[in-house]
Amino acid sequence: MLDSALNVLTSGRNFSRLMDGLGITLWISFVSVGLSIVLGIPAGLLMASKSKIWNFILRIYLEFIRIMPILVLLFLFYYSLSQAFEVNLSPFFVSVLVFTLWGVAEMSDLVRSAVTSIPVHQRESGRALGLTEIQINFHIIIPQAVRRLLPGVINLATRMIKTTPFVFFINMPDLMKVGQQIVEVSGIRDPMASVWVYGFIFLIYFIICYPVSLFSRYLEGRWQSA
Amino acid sequence: MDIDFILKVLPFYGAATWVTLTLAFYGVLFSLIVGTICAVINFYKIPVLRRIVYAYVEMGRNTPLMIQLFFLYFALPRLGIMIDGKHCAIIGLTFLGGAYMSEAIRSGLSAVGRIQVETGMSLGFGKLKLLRYIIMPQAVAVALPVIAATTIFLMKETSVVSIVAMQDLVYLAKDLLKEGHSAESNFLLVVSYLIIILPVSLVFSYLERRSRFAGFGS
Repeated sequence: MLDSALNVLTSGRNFSRLMDGLGITLWISFVSVGLSIVLGIPAGLLMASKSKIWNFILRIYLEFIRIMPILVLLFLFYYSLSQAFEVNLSPFFVSVLVFTLWGVAEMSDLVRSAVTSIPVHQRESGRALGLTEIQINFHIIIPQAVRRLLPGVINLATRMIKTTPFVFFINMPDLMKVGQQIVEVSGIRDPMASVWVYGFIFLIYFIICYPVSLFSRYLEGRWQSA
Repeated sequence: MDIDFILKVLPFYGAATWVTLTLAFYGVLFSLIVGTICAVINFYKIPVLRRIVYAYVEMGRNTPLMIQLFFLYFALPRLGIMIDGKHCAIIGLTFLGGAYMSEAIRSGLSAVGRIQVETGMSLGFGKLKLLRYIIMPQAVAVALPVIAATTIFLMKETSVVSIVAMQDLVYLAKDLLKEGHSAESNFLLVVSYLIIILPVSLVFSYLERRSRFAGFGS
Protein backbone atom coordinates (compact mmCIF):
# COMPACT_ATOMS: atom_id res chain seq x y z
CA MET A 1 0.00 0.00 0.00
CA LEU A 2 2.51 2.55 1.20
CA ASP A 3 4.85 1.41 -1.55
CA SER A 4 2.29 2.17 -4.20
CA ALA A 5 1.55 5.57 -2.68
CA LEU A 6 5.21 6.58 -2.53
CA ASN A 7 5.73 5.26 -6.02
CA VAL A 8 2.93 7.34 -7.55
CA LEU A 9 3.77 10.51 -5.66
CA THR A 10 7.52 10.44 -6.25
CA SER A 11 7.97 8.73 -9.61
CA GLY A 12 9.32 10.88 -12.40
CA ARG A 13 8.76 14.55 -11.73
CA ASN A 14 5.41 13.98 -10.07
CA PHE A 15 6.28 15.45 -6.72
CA SER A 16 7.96 18.57 -8.05
CA ARG A 17 5.06 19.08 -10.46
CA LEU A 18 2.59 18.90 -7.60
CA MET A 19 4.69 21.46 -5.72
CA ASP A 20 4.71 23.71 -8.80
CA GLY A 21 0.93 23.45 -8.89
CA LEU A 22 0.78 24.29 -5.21
CA GLY A 23 3.05 27.27 -5.89
CA ILE A 24 0.61 28.59 -8.49
CA THR A 25 -2.33 28.06 -6.15
CA LEU A 26 -0.59 29.94 -3.34
CA TRP A 27 0.74 32.67 -5.61
CA ILE A 28 -2.75 33.44 -6.99
CA SER A 29 -4.13 33.61 -3.45
CA PHE A 30 -1.22 35.71 -2.20
CA VAL A 31 -1.38 38.31 -4.98
CA SER A 32 -5.19 38.49 -4.82
CA VAL A 33 -5.29 38.88 -1.04
CA GLY A 34 -2.62 41.58 -1.22
CA LEU A 35 -4.47 43.53 -3.89
CA SER A 36 -7.78 43.06 -2.08
CA ILE A 37 -6.38 44.55 1.10
CA VAL A 38 -4.80 47.51 -0.70
CA LEU A 39 -7.91 48.29 -2.74
CA GLY A 40 -10.49 47.16 -0.19
CA ILE A 41 -9.48 49.61 2.52
CA PRO A 42 -10.26 52.79 0.54
CA ALA A 43 -13.44 51.14 -0.81
CA GLY A 44 -14.50 50.29 2.75
CA LEU A 45 -13.76 53.80 3.97
CA LEU A 46 -15.90 55.13 1.11
CA MET A 47 -18.73 52.85 2.18
CA ALA A 48 -18.40 54.02 5.76
CA SER A 49 -18.46 57.63 4.64
CA LYS A 50 -21.70 59.50 4.14
CA SER A 51 -21.46 59.69 0.36
CA LYS A 52 -24.81 58.35 -0.90
CA ILE A 53 -23.73 57.77 -4.50
CA TRP A 54 -20.58 55.82 -3.61
CA ASN A 55 -22.52 53.88 -1.05
CA PHE A 56 -25.11 52.90 -3.63
CA ILE A 57 -22.57 51.91 -6.31
CA LEU A 58 -20.46 49.87 -3.91
CA ARG A 59 -23.55 48.20 -2.44
CA ILE A 60 -24.69 47.02 -5.90
CA TYR A 61 -21.16 45.83 -6.69
CA LEU A 62 -20.92 43.95 -3.39
CA GLU A 63 -24.32 42.29 -3.81
CA PHE A 64 -23.59 41.24 -7.40
CA ILE A 65 -20.24 39.69 -6.45
CA ARG A 66 -21.85 37.95 -3.47
CA ILE A 67 -24.56 36.40 -5.61
CA MET A 68 -22.45 35.28 -8.58
CA PRO A 69 -20.45 32.08 -8.19
CA ILE A 70 -16.72 32.75 -8.66
CA LEU A 71 -16.71 30.19 -11.42
CA VAL A 72 -19.25 32.23 -13.41
CA LEU A 73 -17.11 35.34 -12.98
CA LEU A 74 -14.08 33.40 -14.21
CA PHE A 75 -16.02 32.28 -17.30
CA LEU A 76 -17.27 35.79 -17.89
CA PHE A 77 -13.84 37.37 -17.81
CA TYR A 78 -11.90 34.56 -19.44
CA TYR A 79 -14.19 33.90 -22.39
CA SER A 80 -16.39 36.95 -22.90
CA LEU A 81 -14.15 39.82 -21.89
CA SER A 82 -11.25 38.63 -24.01
CA GLN A 83 -13.61 38.28 -26.96
CA ALA A 84 -15.33 41.62 -26.49
CA PHE A 85 -12.06 43.55 -26.36
CA GLU A 86 -10.19 41.18 -28.65
CA VAL A 87 -7.35 40.70 -26.24
CA ASN A 88 -5.78 37.47 -25.11
CA LEU A 89 -6.01 37.35 -21.35
CA SER A 90 -3.83 34.77 -19.64
CA PRO A 91 -5.56 32.42 -17.18
CA PHE A 92 -3.33 33.77 -14.44
CA PHE A 93 -4.34 37.36 -15.12
CA VAL A 94 -8.04 36.47 -15.18
CA SER A 95 -7.71 34.44 -11.98
CA VAL A 96 -6.06 37.28 -10.10
CA LEU A 97 -8.52 39.79 -11.55
CA VAL A 98 -11.60 37.80 -10.50
CA PHE A 99 -10.25 36.90 -7.07
CA THR A 100 -9.33 40.52 -6.49
CA LEU A 101 -12.79 41.74 -7.55
CA TRP A 102 -14.26 39.31 -5.06
CA GLY A 103 -11.71 40.13 -2.37
CA VAL A 104 -12.21 43.89 -2.69
CA ALA A 105 -15.97 43.41 -2.25
CA GLU A 106 -15.54 41.30 0.87
CA MET A 107 -12.71 43.42 2.22
CA SER A 108 -14.62 46.68 1.82
CA ASP A 109 -17.51 45.22 3.79
CA LEU A 110 -15.12 44.11 6.54
CA VAL A 111 -13.51 47.54 6.68
CA ARG A 112 -16.90 49.26 6.69
CA SER A 113 -18.18 47.22 9.62
CA ALA A 114 -14.87 47.54 11.51
CA VAL A 115 -14.84 51.32 11.14
CA THR A 116 -18.52 51.90 11.89
CA SER A 117 -18.40 49.58 14.92
CA ILE A 118 -16.02 51.93 16.74
CA PRO A 119 -18.16 54.12 19.02
CA VAL A 120 -18.24 57.83 18.19
CA HIS A 121 -17.23 58.73 21.73
CA GLN A 122 -13.76 57.30 21.06
CA ARG A 123 -13.09 60.03 18.53
CA GLU A 124 -14.82 62.66 20.65
CA SER A 125 -12.81 61.71 23.75
CA GLY A 126 -9.66 62.07 21.69
CA ARG A 127 -10.71 65.55 20.67
CA ALA A 128 -11.55 66.46 24.24
CA LEU A 129 -8.04 65.37 25.26
CA GLY A 130 -6.67 67.78 22.69
CA LEU A 131 -5.33 65.22 20.20
CA THR A 132 -5.12 66.19 16.54
CA GLU A 133 -7.22 64.30 13.98
CA ILE A 134 -4.11 62.50 12.73
CA GLN A 135 -3.18 61.46 16.26
CA ILE A 136 -6.72 60.28 16.86
CA ASN A 137 -6.65 58.16 13.71
CA PHE A 138 -3.26 56.62 14.38
CA HIS A 139 -3.47 56.07 18.12
CA ILE A 140 -7.16 55.44 18.70
CA ILE A 141 -9.17 54.53 15.61
CA ILE A 142 -6.78 52.45 13.48
CA PRO A 143 -5.46 50.18 16.29
CA GLN A 144 -9.02 49.27 17.26
CA ALA A 145 -10.19 48.88 13.66
CA VAL A 146 -7.27 46.57 12.83
CA ARG A 147 -8.10 44.32 15.78
CA ARG A 148 -11.65 43.95 14.56
CA LEU A 149 -10.48 43.52 10.99
CA LEU A 150 -7.68 40.99 11.23
CA PRO A 151 -9.65 37.79 11.99
CA GLY A 152 -11.95 38.57 9.06
CA VAL A 153 -9.03 39.22 6.72
CA ILE A 154 -7.34 35.95 7.66
CA ASN A 155 -10.65 34.20 7.16
CA LEU A 156 -10.95 35.76 3.71
CA ALA A 157 -7.44 34.53 2.87
CA THR A 158 -8.31 30.91 3.70
CA ARG A 159 -11.54 31.23 1.74
CA MET A 160 -9.52 32.38 -1.23
CA ILE A 161 -7.09 29.48 -0.95
CA LYS A 162 -10.06 27.12 -0.80
CA THR A 163 -11.61 28.74 -3.88
CA THR A 164 -8.47 28.65 -6.05
CA PRO A 165 -9.29 25.14 -7.39
CA PHE A 166 -11.91 26.91 -9.57
CA VAL A 167 -9.09 28.16 -11.82
CA PHE A 168 -8.90 24.54 -13.00
CA PHE A 169 -11.84 25.43 -15.25
CA ILE A 170 -9.91 28.08 -17.18
CA ASN A 171 -6.92 25.80 -17.78
CA MET A 172 -4.63 27.09 -15.08
CA PRO A 173 -2.07 24.43 -14.14
CA ASP A 174 -2.85 24.67 -10.43
CA LEU A 175 -2.68 21.88 -7.86
CA MET A 176 -5.95 20.27 -9.04
CA LYS A 177 -5.05 20.32 -12.72
CA VAL A 178 -1.59 18.86 -12.10
CA GLY A 179 -3.14 16.20 -9.88
CA GLN A 180 -5.59 15.25 -12.60
CA GLN A 181 -2.83 15.02 -15.20
CA ILE A 182 -0.73 12.80 -12.93
CA VAL A 183 -3.70 10.53 -12.26
CA GLU A 184 -4.34 10.23 -16.00
CA VAL A 185 -0.77 9.08 -16.67
CA SER A 186 0.02 7.05 -13.56
CA GLY A 187 -3.46 5.58 -13.36
CA ILE A 188 -2.67 3.34 -16.32
CA ARG A 189 0.06 1.52 -14.41
CA ASP A 190 -1.30 1.86 -10.90
CA PRO A 191 -5.09 1.95 -10.47
CA MET A 192 -4.68 3.28 -6.94
CA ALA A 193 -3.06 6.48 -8.27
CA SER A 194 -6.24 8.55 -7.91
CA VAL A 195 -6.56 7.61 -4.23
CA TRP A 196 -3.00 8.68 -3.42
CA VAL A 197 -2.88 11.83 -5.53
CA TYR A 198 -6.29 13.20 -4.54
CA GLY A 199 -5.78 12.12 -0.94
CA PHE A 200 -2.46 13.95 -0.95
CA ILE A 201 -4.00 17.14 -2.38
CA PHE A 202 -6.81 16.93 0.20
CA LEU A 203 -4.13 16.74 2.89
CA ILE A 204 -2.15 19.67 1.47
CA TYR A 205 -5.20 21.95 1.55
CA PHE A 206 -5.97 20.84 5.08
CA ILE A 207 -2.40 21.40 6.28
CA ILE A 208 -2.43 24.92 4.86
CA CYS A 209 -5.90 26.03 5.94
CA TYR A 210 -6.28 24.38 9.34
CA PRO A 211 -3.50 26.26 11.20
CA VAL A 212 -4.58 29.54 9.61
CA SER A 213 -8.18 29.08 10.70
CA LEU A 214 -7.03 28.11 14.21
CA PHE A 215 -4.97 31.30 14.32
CA SER A 216 -7.92 33.40 13.17
CA ARG A 217 -10.11 31.88 15.87
CA TYR A 218 -7.40 32.49 18.47
CA LEU A 219 -7.22 36.17 17.51
CA GLU A 220 -10.98 36.47 17.60
CA GLY A 221 -11.19 34.99 21.10
CA ARG A 222 -8.25 37.00 22.39
CA TRP A 223 -9.23 40.37 21.02
CA GLN A 224 -12.91 40.15 21.68
CA SER A 225 -12.31 39.75 25.40
CA ALA A 226 -9.78 42.61 25.43
CA MET B 1 -26.28 39.27 -29.03
CA ASP B 2 -27.95 36.65 -31.19
CA ILE B 3 -31.57 36.53 -30.05
CA ASP B 4 -32.43 33.49 -32.18
CA PHE B 5 -29.62 31.55 -30.57
CA ILE B 6 -30.75 32.58 -27.10
CA LEU B 7 -34.31 31.43 -27.82
CA LYS B 8 -33.01 28.17 -29.22
CA VAL B 9 -30.94 27.27 -26.15
CA LEU B 10 -33.33 28.66 -23.55
CA PRO B 11 -34.99 25.27 -22.88
CA PHE B 12 -31.56 23.75 -22.19
CA TYR B 13 -30.88 26.47 -19.66
CA GLY B 14 -34.21 25.71 -18.06
CA ALA B 15 -33.24 22.06 -17.65
CA ALA B 16 -29.76 22.92 -16.38
CA THR B 17 -31.19 25.42 -13.89
CA TRP B 18 -33.37 22.62 -12.57
CA VAL B 19 -30.30 20.38 -12.10
CA THR B 20 -28.48 23.13 -10.19
CA LEU B 21 -31.56 23.88 -8.10
CA THR B 22 -32.20 20.25 -7.21
CA LEU B 23 -28.61 19.68 -6.12
CA ALA B 24 -28.57 22.91 -4.14
CA PHE B 25 -31.86 21.99 -2.45
CA TYR B 26 -30.69 18.56 -1.31
CA GLY B 27 -27.24 19.88 -0.44
CA VAL B 28 -28.62 22.64 1.78
CA LEU B 29 -31.29 20.40 3.33
CA PHE B 30 -28.87 17.61 4.30
CA SER B 31 -26.26 20.17 5.41
CA LEU B 32 -28.78 21.64 7.81
CA ILE B 33 -29.61 18.19 9.19
CA VAL B 34 -25.96 17.14 9.56
CA GLY B 35 -25.02 20.56 10.91
CA THR B 36 -27.78 20.50 13.53
CA ILE B 37 -26.84 17.01 14.70
CA CYS B 38 -23.16 17.99 14.97
CA ALA B 39 -23.98 21.22 16.79
CA VAL B 40 -26.22 19.41 19.29
CA ILE B 41 -23.51 16.79 19.96
CA ASN B 42 -21.19 19.69 20.66
CA PHE B 43 -23.74 21.48 22.82
CA TYR B 44 -24.33 18.52 25.10
CA LYS B 45 -20.60 17.69 25.06
CA ILE B 46 -21.24 14.03 24.30
CA PRO B 47 -17.89 12.23 24.80
CA VAL B 48 -16.18 10.42 21.86
CA LEU B 49 -18.79 11.67 19.35
CA ARG B 50 -17.66 15.18 20.12
CA ARG B 51 -14.11 14.36 19.00
CA ILE B 52 -15.39 12.83 15.78
CA VAL B 53 -17.54 15.89 15.10
CA TYR B 54 -14.56 18.18 15.69
CA ALA B 55 -12.38 16.23 13.25
CA TYR B 56 -15.16 16.20 10.66
CA VAL B 57 -15.98 19.89 10.95
CA GLU B 58 -12.35 20.93 10.63
CA MET B 59 -11.86 18.65 7.64
CA GLY B 60 -14.99 19.88 5.91
CA ARG B 61 -14.23 23.53 6.51
CA ASN B 62 -10.58 23.46 5.61
CA THR B 63 -10.65 21.68 2.26
CA PRO B 64 -12.22 22.80 -1.03
CA LEU B 65 -15.37 21.14 -2.36
CA MET B 66 -13.61 20.32 -5.61
CA ILE B 67 -11.04 18.02 -4.04
CA GLN B 68 -13.77 16.42 -1.94
CA LEU B 69 -15.72 15.69 -5.11
CA PHE B 70 -12.63 14.44 -6.97
CA PHE B 71 -11.95 12.06 -4.12
CA LEU B 72 -15.55 10.81 -3.99
CA TYR B 73 -15.87 10.40 -7.73
CA PHE B 74 -12.43 9.26 -8.88
CA ALA B 75 -10.72 7.76 -5.83
CA LEU B 76 -13.48 5.90 -3.96
CA PRO B 77 -14.28 3.56 -6.89
CA ARG B 78 -10.67 2.31 -6.58
CA LEU B 79 -11.46 1.39 -3.00
CA GLY B 80 -14.55 -0.47 -4.14
CA ILE B 81 -17.15 2.21 -3.48
CA MET B 82 -19.02 3.30 -6.60
CA ILE B 83 -21.24 6.39 -6.33
CA ASP B 84 -22.84 8.06 -9.34
CA GLY B 85 -22.35 11.74 -10.14
CA LYS B 86 -25.57 13.01 -8.68
CA HIS B 87 -25.07 11.29 -5.35
CA CYS B 88 -21.41 12.34 -5.30
CA ALA B 89 -22.48 15.93 -5.74
CA ILE B 90 -25.06 15.72 -2.94
CA ILE B 91 -22.70 13.88 -0.59
CA GLY B 92 -19.91 16.36 -1.34
CA LEU B 93 -22.16 19.37 -0.76
CA THR B 94 -23.43 17.82 2.46
CA PHE B 95 -19.90 17.04 3.67
CA LEU B 96 -18.85 20.62 3.04
CA GLY B 97 -22.09 22.31 4.07
CA GLY B 98 -22.66 20.20 7.17
CA ALA B 99 -19.37 21.42 8.59
CA TYR B 100 -20.22 25.07 7.91
CA MET B 101 -23.80 24.72 9.17
CA SER B 102 -22.56 23.03 12.32
CA GLU B 103 -20.40 26.07 13.08
CA ALA B 104 -23.29 28.41 12.28
CA ILE B 105 -25.73 26.63 14.58
CA ARG B 106 -23.07 26.17 17.27
CA SER B 107 -22.58 29.94 17.39
CA GLY B 108 -26.35 30.31 17.79
CA LEU B 109 -26.50 27.70 20.54
CA SER B 110 -23.66 29.26 22.49
CA ALA B 111 -25.54 32.57 22.42
CA VAL B 112 -28.47 31.07 24.34
CA GLY B 113 -28.13 32.06 27.99
CA ARG B 114 -27.27 29.43 30.59
CA ILE B 115 -30.27 30.62 32.58
CA GLN B 116 -32.62 29.62 29.73
CA VAL B 117 -31.34 26.05 29.92
CA GLU B 118 -31.49 25.92 33.70
CA THR B 119 -34.99 27.38 33.81
CA GLY B 120 -36.15 24.80 31.30
CA MET B 121 -34.61 21.97 33.28
CA SER B 122 -36.16 23.18 36.52
CA LEU B 123 -39.53 23.17 34.77
CA GLY B 124 -38.98 19.52 34.03
CA PHE B 125 -38.14 19.66 30.32
CA GLY B 126 -36.19 16.66 29.04
CA LYS B 127 -33.07 17.17 26.94
CA LEU B 128 -34.88 16.90 23.62
CA LYS B 129 -37.88 19.02 24.62
CA LEU B 130 -35.54 21.62 26.03
CA LEU B 131 -33.82 21.72 22.66
CA ARG B 132 -37.03 21.82 20.65
CA TYR B 133 -38.98 24.43 22.60
CA ILE B 134 -36.46 26.62 24.36
CA ILE B 135 -32.95 26.46 22.93
CA MET B 136 -33.40 25.94 19.19
CA PRO B 137 -35.89 28.77 18.50
CA GLN B 138 -33.52 31.27 20.07
CA ALA B 139 -30.38 29.72 18.59
CA VAL B 140 -31.76 29.70 15.06
CA ALA B 141 -32.75 33.35 15.30
CA VAL B 142 -29.21 34.26 16.34
CA ALA B 143 -27.59 31.97 13.77
CA LEU B 144 -29.84 33.04 10.88
CA PRO B 145 -27.44 35.49 9.21
CA VAL B 146 -24.69 32.85 9.17
CA ILE B 147 -27.10 30.14 8.01
CA ALA B 148 -28.21 32.47 5.22
CA ALA B 149 -24.64 33.20 4.15
CA THR B 150 -23.83 29.48 4.21
CA THR B 151 -26.92 28.61 2.16
CA ILE B 152 -25.94 31.09 -0.53
CA PHE B 153 -22.34 29.92 -0.36
CA LEU B 154 -23.49 26.32 -0.93
CA MET B 155 -25.72 27.33 -3.85
CA LYS B 156 -22.73 29.02 -5.43
CA GLU B 157 -20.51 26.02 -4.75
CA THR B 158 -22.85 23.80 -6.81
CA SER B 159 -21.23 25.47 -9.83
CA VAL B 160 -18.39 22.92 -9.77
CA VAL B 161 -20.51 19.78 -10.05
CA SER B 162 -19.76 19.44 -13.76
CA ILE B 163 -16.50 17.74 -12.71
CA VAL B 164 -18.58 14.79 -11.55
CA ALA B 165 -20.41 14.78 -14.90
CA MET B 166 -23.52 16.63 -13.74
CA GLN B 167 -25.11 18.59 -16.59
CA ASP B 168 -25.64 21.79 -14.68
CA LEU B 169 -25.50 25.43 -15.82
CA VAL B 170 -21.72 25.60 -16.00
CA TYR B 171 -21.56 22.35 -17.95
CA LEU B 172 -24.04 23.74 -20.49
CA ALA B 173 -22.28 27.10 -20.75
CA LYS B 174 -18.94 25.36 -21.30
CA ASP B 175 -20.50 23.24 -24.01
CA LEU B 176 -21.90 26.29 -25.82
CA LEU B 177 -18.65 28.20 -25.40
CA LYS B 178 -16.93 25.55 -27.48
CA GLU B 179 -19.34 26.34 -30.32
CA GLY B 180 -18.33 29.98 -30.12
CA HIS B 181 -21.34 31.72 -28.59
CA SER B 182 -19.46 33.13 -25.67
CA ALA B 183 -21.47 36.34 -25.16
CA GLU B 184 -24.88 34.64 -25.30
CA SER B 185 -24.00 31.61 -23.21
CA ASN B 186 -22.31 33.66 -20.49
CA PHE B 187 -25.18 36.14 -20.46
CA LEU B 188 -27.66 33.31 -19.90
CA LEU B 189 -25.36 31.80 -17.28
CA VAL B 190 -25.33 35.03 -15.27
CA VAL B 191 -29.09 35.50 -15.64
CA SER B 192 -29.80 31.92 -14.56
CA TYR B 193 -27.74 32.28 -11.39
CA LEU B 194 -29.39 35.61 -10.64
CA ILE B 195 -32.80 33.94 -10.98
CA ILE B 196 -31.75 31.14 -8.64
CA ILE B 197 -29.86 33.02 -5.95
CA LEU B 198 -31.33 36.54 -5.84
CA PRO B 199 -34.75 35.47 -4.47
CA VAL B 200 -33.06 33.35 -1.79
CA SER B 201 -30.89 36.28 -0.81
CA LEU B 202 -33.93 38.58 -0.61
CA VAL B 203 -35.98 36.11 1.43
CA PHE B 204 -33.15 35.72 3.91
CA SER B 205 -32.68 39.45 4.38
CA TYR B 206 -36.45 39.71 5.04
CA LEU B 207 -36.26 36.87 7.58
CA GLU B 208 -33.25 38.46 9.26
CA ARG B 209 -35.15 41.71 9.73
CA ARG B 210 -38.10 39.80 11.17
CA SER B 211 -36.09 37.62 13.53
CA ARG B 212 -33.99 40.42 14.96
CA PHE B 213 -36.60 40.81 17.68
CA ALA B 214 -36.79 37.15 18.50
CA GLY B 215 -34.28 37.33 21.32
CA PHE B 216 -36.08 37.20 24.63
CA GLY B 217 -34.77 36.68 28.12
CA SER B 218 -31.02 37.03 27.93
